Amino acid sequence: MSERSRLRLVVVQVLVLSLLATLLGRLWYLQVLASESYQAAATENGTREIITPAARGMILDSRGRPLARNRTALVVSISRTAMLRQPDGGRELVAKVARVIGEPVDAVWEKTRLCGAEGARPAPRCFNGSPYQPIPLTDEANTQMALQIMERREDFPGVTAELTAVREYPQPLGANAAHELGYLGPVTDEELAERNQPGARPAGRRLETVLQATDLIGRTGLERQYDADLRGRPGVKVLAVDSQGGVSGVVSQTDPVPGNYLVTTIDADVQAEAETQLKAAILRARLTGDINKGYATRLKADSGAVVVLDVHTGGIVAMASYPTYDPNIWVGGISTKDYRQISSKRNHYPNQSRAFQGEFAPASTFKAVTLPAAVRAGYSLDGSYDCPSAYSIGGSPKRNYESQAYGVISMLRAIQVSCDTVFYKFAYETWLRMGGLDAKKNAKDPFTDMAKAFGLGRRTGLDLPGEADGRIADRAWKRAYWKATKDFYCAKAKTGYPEVARTDPRRAAYLLQLSRENCVDGYAYRGGDAANFAIGQGDTTTTPLQMARVYAAVANGGTLVTPHIGRAVMTPEGELVRRIAPKPAGTVPVSGSTLSWLRHALRTVTESGTGYGPFARAQFPLDKLPVATKTGTGEVYGKQTTSWFASYAPANDPQYAVVMMVSQGGTGSGISGPSVAELYKTLFGITGSRVELSKARPPGGHPTVKLPAVRRDGTVVLP
Amino acid sequence: MTTGYRVAPYTVPVQRRAAGLLHRDSVLRRLDWSLLLSVLALCAIGAVLVWSATRQAAVQTGDDPQAYLKRHVLNAVIGLVLGVVASVFDYRMLRAYAPVLYLLSLAGLVAVLSPLGSTVNGSHSWIVLPAGFSVQPSELAKVALVVGMSMLLAEKRDAEDEPRDVDVVLALAFASVPLALVMLQPDLGTALVICALVLGLVAVSGAPIRWVVGLVLSAVLVAVVAAQTGMLKDYQLDRFRAFFDPTADPKGAGFNVRQAQIAIGSGGVDGQGLFQGQQTQGEFVPAQQTDFIFTVAGEELGFIGAAIVVGLIGLVLWRAGRIAMQADDLFGRLVATGILCWFAFQSFQNIGMTLGIMPVTGVPLPFVSYGGSSMFAGLIAVGLLQNVHMRRYA
Repeated sequence: MSERSRLRLVVVQVLVLSLLATLLGRLWYLQVLASESYQAAATENGTREIITPAARGMILDSRGRPLARNRTALVVSISRTAMLRQPDGGRELVAKVARVIGEPVDAVWEKTRLCGAEGARPAPRCFNGSPYQPIPLTDEANTQMALQIMERREDFPGVTAELTAVREYPQPLGANAAHELGYLGPVTDEELAERNQPGARPAGRRLETVLQATDLIGRTGLERQYDADLRGRPGVKVLAVDSQGGVSGVVSQTDPVPGNYLVTTIDADVQAEAETQLKAAILRARLTGDINKGYATRLKADSGAVVVLDVHTGGIVAMASYPTYDPNIWVGGISTKDYRQISSKRNHYPNQSRAFQGEFAPASTFKAVTLPAAVRAGYSLDGSYDCPSAYSIGGSPKRNYESQAYGVISMLRAIQVSCDTVFYKFAYETWLRMGGLDAKKNAKDPFTDMAKAFGLGRRTGLDLPGEADGRIADRAWKRAYWKATKDFYCAKAKTGYPEVARTDPRRAAYLLQLSRENCVDGYAYRGGDAANFAIGQGDTTTTPLQMARVYAAVANGGTLVTPHIGRAVMTPEGELVRRIAPKPAGTVPVSGSTLSWLRHALRTVTESGTGYGPFARAQFPLDKLPVATKTGTGEVYGKQTTSWFASYAPANDPQYAVVMMVSQGGTGSGISGPSVAELYKTLFGITGSRVELSKARPPGGHPTVKLPAVRRDGTVVLP
Repeated sequence: MTTGYRVAPYTVPVQRRAAGLLHRDSVLRRLDWSLLLSVLALCAIGAVLVWSATRQAAVQTGDDPQAYLKRHVLNAVIGLVLGVVASVFDYRMLRAYAPVLYLLSLAGLVAVLSPLGSTVNGSHSWIVLPAGFSVQPSELAKVALVVGMSMLLAEKRDAEDEPRDVDVVLALAFASVPLALVMLQPDLGTALVICALVLGLVAVSGAPIRWVVGLVLSAVLVAVVAAQTGMLKDYQLDRFRAFFDPTADPKGAGFNVRQAQIAIGSGGVDGQGLFQGQQTQGEFVPAQQTDFIFTVAGEELGFIGAAIVVGLIGLVLWRAGRIAMQADDLFGRLVATGILCWFAFQSFQNIGMTLGIMPVTGVPLPFVSYGGSSMFAGLIAVGLLQNVHMRRYA
């Protein structure tokens, strides 16, 4: 044999030796250097946590009636490990279960696939729990189905039928409150990762904050805001298992702790009535002709909102938005059809609350803010002012929208008849005094400053997610808006609007003019802007909730309350966990005399001003229960007017502020006013001309103070 | 090789053999005892590990917990008998039978691809026989391949010792048929072992260096093309991907790798004790009595036990290399070299995948893994090594 062969054999042996050395080296690393982490992994491998979900706490109205509760449903579920033990991977077993529960085999099979596996439903509708968590197949089983399964356990290995809690929104007295309650949804992987990070877990209280993959979590509304209170703590049973899921023992066990109850400020009676009256206003509007179109077209009344606020505490007694939806459609996962229904433009987005998410120009209801501003600017409450049909600003006349010419009138009359031109004068003269167009950027404008002081242009701090800010269209805003839009307008100023000109040359010319102005000096805060601001028109918007808070501040003597729905958290045993009473946001910078003058003025609006009609028609006993009101009719470019009706009562000892708004709903007094009057009848127990506070809802003509009584078994004593 | 043949011990009259078991030339004295004892030790360790890996599942299903243990021992006994047969007659006579062996193995490989074959774990590699036995022809084909290629590469030529190009071409063509059949099953692991073995044989045969370099380069090329063009099945690619990132799909392809490493890593230095491994007794590692048997050693016997297994394999390989080095003729050396490369690569491949340094391909750990064909082929190969060893000019 050649030397070459011998040499190569040596090389082969060296290679073999190096392979062996590699194996030993790696073995040393795994078993000696890194052994600890693998031992930990092995321990984790060998145990499984079985989660028993905690019963979610109820959401109660102010007097203990459940707005959200749990119903027990018979849930049929299947163990995945039991399926894997079957020779066919559980197909036949699933088919048998499907026959019992009367659902298509394929649909049931689909449910048993884990998220991401082949044939699984798309997230979030697939099962994303651990493979050791039984997979729910239906929550609508009946007793007979359950018996069929549980009495022939040998035919259904790993299949169970158990009573399980499912969320339910019972809508007492028809009180829907969908936007306030919110809904539950499955927890996402991101949330799991975020919440379960080691740092996010307080030592020793691990399970209280840890989310499980199968948990439902509050997605919006109170369900989300008070999720931590309502969720409770799941029970965890740690089992020692093998890879097939065979259980060899219980390592540890903790029982579930049910979630706490949330008592709200909402009164189901008032909530139901508010919803009814809002819907009545909407329907009334849809039967009414549009005054601006000579009654030729009906009002569209696409949406609306109503807020009933406790003027002293900011507790929301009722808050409704139209259109709405049945919150129960979210339970067990919303269907695609339902989701499209509640989020479509065609249906006017029923999933959005107009009460705290809708932003609308507040129109003349805003005068409750600009009147104190005018006083600050130096206009006397005792003075007389000219109320012409139009007021000239920079040479162009600005007309009196809500009323005709009244000649020289007192300030009181100006409020009663809602004279716009008087307010134009206040704002324009103030604007001129500040330097007009040349005013300094940081010049103190009493009108916009007053709006800010009344909490407008920013969230009220309501305990619901997704609240809108509203907008104060002041100098700074105009400049920012111009910066954001000038490129668009300058381009349009060059090209014009040929596509509009084809059908509407006049509108095209108007738009071109607008674009040119916006391009050149759109940042300027003009006299017209100041005048518009004074009557709550133009680019300034508020939510109905913000306006309710403004009127509450006027009513309670200047305290800017923080609106809230949560009132208290209680254990299921009835013990108080904590009261929810957010501190007021501050006090409005208006003197007591101005406020009392304003309160008097608003009361006379009902007696002899724009607020008179609705109460007169309702034969409302204003002598026994005086009401302070202010109407508003907001102009919106390209749309019908917004109907506003802001109020509080009793005018002599204010308790509730009620604000109603109907988008494209005509005038304030015509559409919203009558509904608000009806709502006060419920709030103060008025039948005919009699006021019976004992029949009032809530009783006594004031919000409920006592907390609901809870029996030892967790049920609530109902009123 | 200029010396003539030495008379082989087995040609001595029977009566003398019996009288001189301890005689210098006796079978027992000429056996490579280190090799034999290491192999027997591996078989024994394998039996215990297979037992540990299977008893829990058997208890659960109500089967005999020792069933696999008994079968493993039976396989080893049958294998030893086959090994004795492979060692008794002069290995040089094997050349005459090489074509027969080759054709038989080809027949087996073809049969496997026919409807006679069964699919296990994605490979169509088994022929199921009655009474619960099954044969994996690709294991036995390795033996035939080693003998056949050695014959072709060591063909006695007049002037030169080294194989000419034509011999190499012939040998490669010879190897390519079973290789192709194995690839068709598809059994990637065995195919890789065959490649390693062919490469080792060509190199040690003394063939021109260009052949060695060429083979290495073409192996790399084939690997790249296979990955690019989708010649590999998806699950095979998944296993390779899982190799590079075991956490990518912990319940799928990466599951084996991850569980195997957890098992081995949690063994620590001295192991969790026989029958005490959490991963093993909990059946977290798939195919544990066969391809992943090493994880049982790692978890239950710890670094000490696992290193002993590796050490014993090293001992076998050292003896195989030594036998190749001392062989009397090129044929003997090549037979030993082929077996060396086969054992070495297969062991590295098998243990390496459980340690996460090699991709998962289904090859058994020689002598240790449960499986008849693998055991038979391994022990026949040991018989051949002894055969070459005993008949060397000492």
